[in-house]
Amino acid sequence: MRVEAEADLKALQATGLKKLKPDKPRIAVGLATCGAAVGGRKVYDRLREAIAREGAEIDLVQTGCIGYCREEPLVNITLPGKSLVILRKVTEADADAIVRAVLNGKVPEDKALCRVPAWDHVTGFVMEYGKGFDAIPLYQDVPFFAPQRKVILRNAGFIDPEDIGEYFAVGGYAAAWKALHGMEPEAIIAEVEKSGLRGRGGAGFPTGLKWRITRDAPGGAEKYLVCNADEGDPGAYMNRNEMESDPHMLIEGMIIGAFAMGLRHGLIYIRSEYPLAIERLGRAIGQAREYGILGENIMGTGLSFDIRIARGAGAFVCGESTALVASIEGRTGRPHPRPPRLTDPEGGLFGKPTDLNNVETWCNVPAIVANGSGWYAGIGAKGNTGTKVFSLVGKVDRVGLVEVSLGTPIRTIVFDAGNGGANGKKVKAVQTGGPSGGCIPLRLFDMPVDYESLNKAGSIMGSGGIVVMDEDTDMVDIARYFTGFATGESCGKCVPCREGLKHTLLLINRIQAGKASKKDLATLQEVCETIAATSLCGLGQTAPNPVLTTLAYFREEYEAKVRP
Amino acid sequence: MDSHALDAIIARYDVPDGRLLGILSEVQEQEGYIPHDVLVMLSEKLGVRLSRLYSLVTFYSFFSLQPVGEHMITVCMGTACHVKGAEMVLSALGKHLGIETGMAQDGKFAVTTEDNKFTVTIARCFGACSMAPVLSVDGNLYGYATPENLPAILAEFGWREHES
Ligand SMILES: Cc1cc2nc3c(=O)[nH]c(=O)nc-3n(C[C@H](O)[C@H](O)[C@H](O)COP(=O)(O)O)c2cc1C
Ligand code: FES
Repeated sequence: MRVEAEADLKALQATGLKKLKPDKPRIAVGLATCGAAVGGRKVYDRLREAIAREGAEIDLVQTGCIGYCREEPLVNITLPGKSLVILRKVTEADADAIVRAVLNGKVPEDKALCRVPAWDHVTGFVMEYGKGFDAIPLYQDVPFFAPQRKVILRNAGFIDPEDIGEYFAVGGYAAAWKALHGMEPEAIIAEVEKSGLRGRGGAGFPTGLKWRITRDAPGGAEKYLVCNADEGDPGAYMNRNEMESDPHMLIEGMIIGAFAMGLRHGLIYIRSEYPLAIERLGRAIGQAREYGILGENIMGTGLSFDIRIARGAGAFVCGESTALVASIEGRTGRPHPRPPRLTDPEGGLFGKPTDLNNVETWCNVPAIVANGSGWYAGIGAKGNTGTKVFSLVGKVDRVGLVEVSLGTPIRTIVFDAGNGGANGKKVKAVQTGGPSGGCIPLRLFDMPVDYESLNKAGSIMGSGGIVVMDEDTDMVDIARYFTGFATGESCGKCVPCREGLKHTLLLINRIQAGKASKKDLATLQEVCETIAATSLCGLGQTAPNPVLTTLAYFREEYEAKVRP
Repeated sequence: MDSHALDAIIARYDVPDGRLLGILSEVQEQEGYIPHDVLVMLSEKLGVRLSRLYSLVTFYSFFSLQPVGEHMITVCMGTACHVKGAEMVLSALGKHLGIETGMAQDGKFAVTTEDNKFTVTIARCFGACSMAPVLSVDGNLYGYATPENLPAILAEFGWREHES
């Protein structure tokens, strides 16, 4: 069936809703990469066996991940007319008890994490599950969820990411319909500009402006639109979850962008370390084509746009825009100086102007179109609107994906959502922005998380990785770790990055070995500042950040290791 | 991999974008490495200079020119795994398998045991950081790895304590 009239979309939504909220019980197992790896797959298999054995009228499906990774495997139960209940740390041994309870109109309350009477899917649909299970805490009262605001992870953990029907059910593709049938491209770009959306890939470039530049660039429809799904920051995994849990929201965002910029070729450049995300995206693209949402004559508009997947092959630097283009073209991923930028004539993919945006940037677009720029601009802080998903990992008690409004203090993320250090240890610092970012000490935790504040502190937003360090973490070792990473990933083209980082690493190794003097600390500082000032691309320009911030905030740890 | 199998892969890539890396990735996945003769064949079939293919294979860490053992163990050395003790896991793994893991900073690191049973490599993050430290064996992820629980994981793949 092809979606050609608004009534088609409404009909598909109604059909999808019957799956999402059937008139019989539904059990959904969180099966993103992380849930599957900690036993979710086995839980799913045992549940299927138990349901078959009982001959029970129960729907069993998979969902993505709601982000509370510490409590995985997570299982949702929906009984007709009742609140949805999320079970935590479910094991194979629980399967029989779950099925029995469900058959009796109950849930195993000892396993319950929380209940959800209603869920706002943000793009215009609020799911009313129902009442009941009053003894189980409400979703919004769970400390991990309390400070969060879900805009990007609006469907994650609720819908089956492999079933486009469930995406229709929660209002999916209605924003694309609205944009393609009811808005001029210029109006869409204006909306994105007014929303204040900034690129979630790290630098925070205004998305609407980038779209406008691409739209105005020569080349007609033969320009490219690319999604950066390289997610190279080791310790960050929100893009993986966004693609695995809700691939259609990314596709919908790209369709709206393609229409606004007037182009027909889309690509997703994704790292090969994410096989499940690649599989689910591939499936989602196929489904969207079947429904006439991708391909020729999209939604009966005469517009053509399609998306292909290009895989990376394990090179951090390929997340950088010019290296990424080289990689898609089948060359080694070595950046070139900008300009020319990707959006310039001849600057992008195959010499065509190209718009490049991060996964999460695209995922915001349907929400902006559905609810308007005013709504979006009301979230977060001035100049830093909207929400951001952070992967809160390392030595923190509650690890997981935390989505908060921009401008939320670090303290709220690490202590309110994360509950501070794991095993009762004291938190010392967080590292944000991955190999390009810096370490921020505890005493600065009241700082709001926004692009400018993080930059001022010597770090960057990056893609949203937050790695927590505790009292046992050796900050010089962290500096050594990141320098080692950057040295290994340097493409070798420019001298400051290739040689400078190598010397930085040698210096830190000497410090760690107790063979350095105080003078070496001054040299370290100087070398790092030179690399930052003179490197060709963002990798080298930012690679010294971990060293420079630890030198600034944890100097005593360096000094304790050097001779006077 | 014979000429026929390679043609089948090439046929799946009818557009230029993502083509070379896509084809090479499929060869890597099917063979576990990129055999030299396949590289030569590919160069002839595509009319792409061998030196160019060679530079791709050596630049990207996903590719390997060395044959690998029966089972592939990949230890994550990403940030989350690093602060949670990945280095200890890797060195314990080295001890159990009797291989040297000191050079594991390099993304191209790969060592195979003498009996050809295991190849150990490193990764830069599987995106499963919540269960750090993480390792993967033949594509299956194992979270919360420790030097203590390694033997049980290895035993699933036919490794026995006394062997090394
Ligand atoms: C070394 C390096 C690595 C990068 N890695 C990524 C990445 O993994 N994902 C990403 O979206 N952007 C990455 N970027 C930023 C991109 O170059 C680019 O700014 C971004 O994809 C633009 O999208 P946005 O405007 O939506 O943020 C990286 C930049 C550099 C310098
Ligand atoms: S850092 Fe190891 S899985 Fe992400």
